Amino acid sequence: MNSSTEADHGAASSDDAAVAGAPEKASAAVPGPPAERGVPKWRRTLRPYLLIVPALLLTGGILYPFGLGLYYTVFDFAASKPQPDFVGLENYRRIFTDSSFWDSAWVTVLYAVGAAAVETVLGVAVALLLHRSTLVGRVLEKVLILPLMIAPVIAAIIWKLMLQPSVGVVNHLLRPFGLGGVQWTDTPTGALLSSIAVDVWVYTPFVAILALAGLRSLPASPFEAAAVDGAGWWFTFRKLTMPMLWPYVLVAVIFRFMDSLKVFDIIYALTEGGPGDSTVVLQIRAYLEAIRFQRYSFGLSYMIVLWAVVYLAAMVLVRYLGRIQNRAAEVPK
Amino acid sequence: MTKRQSGTRANGAVRRRVLGIAADGALILYFVFALFPVVWMVILSLKPANELFSTYFSFTPTLDSYRTVLGAGQDEGVPFVRFFLNSLVVSLGAVGLSLVIGLPAAYAAARWRFRGSENLMFTLLSFRFAPELTVIIPLFVLYQQLGLFDTYVGMIWVLQLVTLPLIVWIMRSYFADLSPELEQAALLDGYTRKQAFFRVALPLVKPGIAAVSLLAFIFAWNNFVFPLILTSSEAQTVTVGALSFLGGDRPKYNLTAAAALVSVIPPLILALTIQRYLVRGLSFGAVKS
Repeated sequence: MNSSTEADHGAASSDDAAVAGAPEKASAAVPGPPAERGVPKWRRTLRPYLLIVPALLLTGGILYPFGLGLYYTVFDFAASKPQPDFVGLENYRRIFTDSSFWDSAWVTVLYAVGAAAVETVLGVAVALLLHRSTLVGRVLEKVLILPLMIAPVIAAIIWKLMLQPSVGVVNHLLRPFGLGGVQWTDTPTGALLSSIAVDVWVYTPFVAILALAGLRSLPASPFEAAAVDGAGWWFTFRKLTMPMLWPYVLVAVIFRFMDSLKVFDIIYALTEGGPGDSTVVLQIRAYLEAIRFQRYSFGLSYMIVLWAVVYLAAMVLVRYLGRIQNRAAEVPK
Repeated sequence: MTKRQSGTRANGAVRRRVLGIAADGALILYFVFALFPVVWMVILSLKPANELFSTYFSFTPTLDSYRTVLGAGQDEGVPFVRFFLNSLVVSLGAVGLSLVIGLPAAYAAARWRFRGSENLMFTLLSFRFAPELTVIIPLFVLYQQLGLFDTYVGMIWVLQLVTLPLIVWIMRSYFADLSPELEQAALLDGYTRKQAFFRVALPLVKPGIAAVSLLAFIFAWNNFVFPLILTSSEAQTVTVGALSFLGGDRPKYNLTAAAALVSVIPPLILALTIQRYLVRGLSFGAVKS
C-alpha cells in the first residue's frame, strides 16, 4: 500500500494528530496539541500496534488455514490417501483440462451476471418508486428489509416448497392461466432460473436500500432547476438521477456480483446442483469434491481458482468504483 | 384562460394521477412477490398434516407443527431446540469475541496512521469476499486433528470470518466520524489515552456498536456453510437443522415451514430495531445515510 510509506513519518512525528478516516484525508490533518505529557514517545508510537495485536493474531488464524489450503493443492491429499504425495501443479492441470470445471465456471458466471443484473434493475426501480414517498410506499418501506434478513438457505427451503411441481402453491396459483405443470427445478434451465429467482427474492432489498439511501442524499437544486425548465421524467432520470446515483448503485452491484460468484447456500438447498450438473456452481463443485468425495486437494484447487477470480474481479471493480467516486466528487454541487 | 389550456391542464392532472396509481400498483406487485413466501410459510406451518396436500387456502389451523418442532409433540428425532440454542451460543460468542478484538483495532485504524494498518484493513475486507470453502476445507481437516470439529469454540472461531471484518470496518467509520478534538480536550484535562477511549470515544459511538453488533449477530445466525461442514450434531445450528425435516422418506412440509419460521424470528426482530443503521452496515461503511 502506498500509504504505509508516508504513514510512518506521520506516525512518528504527530502521533496524536488524530487522523480521521481514510489515509488520503490524512495529509490535511493538523498536528494536535502536545497531549499526554509524561508518556514516553516510544510508548505512543507503539500504542496503535498493541491495539491491533489481537486482530492481527486472529487474522493470522484465518490466513493459516488459507495458506494450508493453498499448500494442499500441490499434493494429492484425500481421505483415501492420508499420506499424500507431492504432485506439483497436476491438480490445476486436471481442472483446466476437465470440461466439468468449464461447465461449472460457465454456470457460475451465468448465475452471478443474471442475479446481479436483475437485482440492480429491480432494486433501483423499487427505490425510485419508494422515493416518491406516497402513503403506500411509506407503509411498505417498513417491511422492505424482510427477505434480506431471512437466511438464504431458509429462503431456498421456502421456495423449494412453493415451487414443488405437483403440490407447490406457485403452480396452483398459475393453474387458472393454463400453466399448472411447470417443472420449476426439474429442468436444467428451470433450475438455474429458479435459483436466480430466489437470489433476486433475497437480495433485491439490499440494492433497493442502498439506492434509496443514495436517492435521499442527492442535492435537490438540480432537480428543481430541471423541473423549472420543464424537463421530462425520462430526461431527468437519464441525465441527472442515474449519473449522481451511480456511485451508490455501484457499491451494491459490486457486493452482489462478488457474493453471487461464490453462491452456495441457495443452490445447495434448492437444487443441490441438479438436475444432472446443471446448477453445479464452483463452490458446490468444490463441496462435492472435497467434502462429499473427500478429495481434499482436488476440491481445494477449485476453490483457489475461484478465489483468484473473485480477487481479480474485486480489484477491477473497486478501482472502477474509486474512479467513479472521484469523478462524482469533482462535480460541483 | 382559453378553453384549450384548461383542457391540457386537466389532462395533465389526470395523467399524473393515473401514473401515480400505476406506480403504487407496481410497488404493491413487488411487495406481493417479496412477502407472499413468508405468508405462505405461516399458512403451511398452521396446516394439520392430513390437510397438507389436499387443500391450499382453506383448512383447520393447528399449532401441532410448532409443538412437534419445539419438541413438545410427537418426537421427530430432530433436536431443534438444541439447534436453536446452539445458534444463540455461537452467534453471541462470535459477536462478543469480535467486539473485544475489533473495537481496539477499529479505533487504532481510525486514529493513527501506521505501517500495515491499511494492509490489515484490506486483508479483513478480503475475508468478506473470499469464497468460504477456501478456508473451510482445510479447517475441516484441521479441526478433526485438533478436536475442534463440532464444538462451540470451533464455530465461534470460524465465524470471525463473518463478524470481525464487519465490526472493524464499520466501527472504524464511526470512530473516524468522531471529532478527534473531543479526545484531545480530554487528554489536555489529564486523561490518559485509555481513559479518553473508554470515557469519551466509546460512549459516543455506542449506537454504532449496538447496531453493528446486531447486524453481525444476524449474519452469524444466518450463516449456513460453516455449520454444514464443521459441525455434525453437538454444535449444529438452526440453518442446517431446518433442512433435516425435508429429509427422510416423506418430506414434512408443515414441520419444515414451522422450523423455517422459528429460525428466522430472531434475525427479523433484530433487523426491525436497527433499520436506521442498516445502510452503513450493509455497505461496510461505504454508504452513509
